[in-house]
Amino acid sequence: MRAAPLAAVSLACLAAVGCRQTMDTDPKYEAMEPSSFFSDGRSARAPVAGTVARGELKLDTAYYEGRNGDSFVDTFPAPVTKATLLRGRQRYDIFCSPCHGLLGDGNGVVVQRGLRGPVNFHEDRLKRTPVGYYFQVITNGRGGMYPYGYRIPPDDRWAIIAYIRALQLSQDATLNDVPPAARPGLNASHGESGVER
Amino acid sequence: MAQVFHRAANTVARASIAGLILLLVLASGLLWVFFRGAYTQSVEVIKDQPAQFSHKHHVNLGIDCRYCHTTVETSAFAGLPPTETCMSCHSQIWTHADMLEPVRASLAENRPLQWTRVNWVPDYVYFNHSIHINKGIGCESCHGRVDRMPLVWRAKTLLMEFCLECHRNPEKHIRPREEVFTMGYQPKQSQSTLGPKLVAEYQVRKLTDCYTCHR
Repeated sequence: MRAAPLAAVSLACLAAVGCRQTMDTDPKYEAMEPSSFFSDGRSARAPVAGTVARGELKLDTAYYEGRNGDSFVDTFPAPVTKATLLRGRQRYDIFCSPCHGLLGDGNGVVVQRGLRGPVNFHEDRLKRTPVGYYFQVITNGRGGMYPYGYRIPPDDRWAIIAYIRALQLSQDATLNDVPPAARPGLNASHGESGVER
Repeated sequence: MAQVFHRAANTVARASIAGLILLLVLASGLLWVFFRGAYTQSVEVIKDQPAQFSHKHHVNLGIDCRYCHTTVETSAFAGLPPTETCMSCHSQIWTHADMLEPVRASLAENRPLQWTRVNWVPDYVYFNHSIHINKGIGCESCHGRVDRMPLVWRAKTLLMEFCLECHRNPEKHIRPREEVFTMGYQPKQSQSTLGPKLVAEYQVRKLTDCYTCHR
C-alpha cells in the first residue's frame, strides 16, 4: 500500500495551499491604497486640471464663489431656514470653533495654545462684510487660515455663514429682540460670561 | 505459526484510535482559538506610523472626529486628512517640534504621509461608514475609546461574529444620532427601552443576509 502515504502528503500540500488568503486583498484598489503603477505612488488620481464632470459646470458664481462679477454677494444664494442654521451650527462647531471659538470671538482652543490671528466675528467691520466675502475666505483661506473648500461642501459653507450671522446677532441682542414668551426664562444675573452651550 | 501480535495489541490499537481523534480535536481547537483570537487580529497592537499622531490629545482638545475624517458621514470611507489639514493648525503651533518633522516634509515635498492601516476588513467584505453613522451607531462601538489612545490601535477583532452580533441585535448598540461621535457615551435612559425606540425611529433593519456584506 504505497498509495496511502502519497495521498496523505498530497492532501497536506493541498491544505497548505488552500490557506492562502488571496481574496483577502484582491487586486482592486481600495480607498487610498498605494499603487506601484503611478510614479507618485497614489492610486487615487486627481482629475486633469480644468476637467468638468457632467452636471458639475459651476456657472452659478454667486453660489459657488460668492460673487457676482467683481463684487461679493450680500444676500444668501440659497434659502436660509431653521434647519440651515442648525446645520450651520453643527458644521461651525466642527470646522471653525477650534480657532474662532464656539462664540465666534476668535478665542478657540487652538488659539489658547498659540495660534495667532483668527478674527473676532463681532467686530463692526466683519458685521458689515458681505456674505460672499466670507464664502470666498472659507473656500480659499486667507492669511494664516488654510482653505476649507476641499473639506466643506458649498451648501455647508453657506449654512456656516448663516450661523456666523446668527452669532453676530446673538452677541448684540437686546431684550427687545427676544420674543415676549421667552423672556421670563432669561436670567439677568448671567451677564456676559453666562453664555452656555 | 506463532502469533505476530501480543494480546495487548488490541488495547493499544483502540487507545491510539481514540488518542488520534482527541489530538485532532485539540489541534483544531487550538487553531480555532489562534486564528479567531485578539492577538492574530492585531487587537490592541500599536503599529509603526510615519508620524506619532495622538488621537487622545486631539480628541481631548475638543476637536471633532469630522474635522479630519471629513467623509465619514457621506461615504464608505471615513477619509484620512491630507497634510494641509494638519497644517491648518501646525503651520503656526508646534512649528519646530521634532515630532512633526515628517508632516512638514510631506507638505514641502508634496508627498502624502503613508499611514499604516490599523482597522480593516478583508476585500470580500463591503463596509460603509456613512450608513452606520446615519443609523445611530457610534464610532466607539467599533473603534473603542479613541480618546484614550495616544497611538491608535484596533479595539475589536472585526471578525464576522463581531459584525453579526450587532446586526442581529441593533437595539443593544444603537444610540441617538447626536451622540454618534461622543466618546464614553452613557444612555440617558435604559438601553432596553431606548434601543428598540431608536431602532423603530431610524428604521433600522436586522440585515443578516450574506449579501448584505459579501456583495
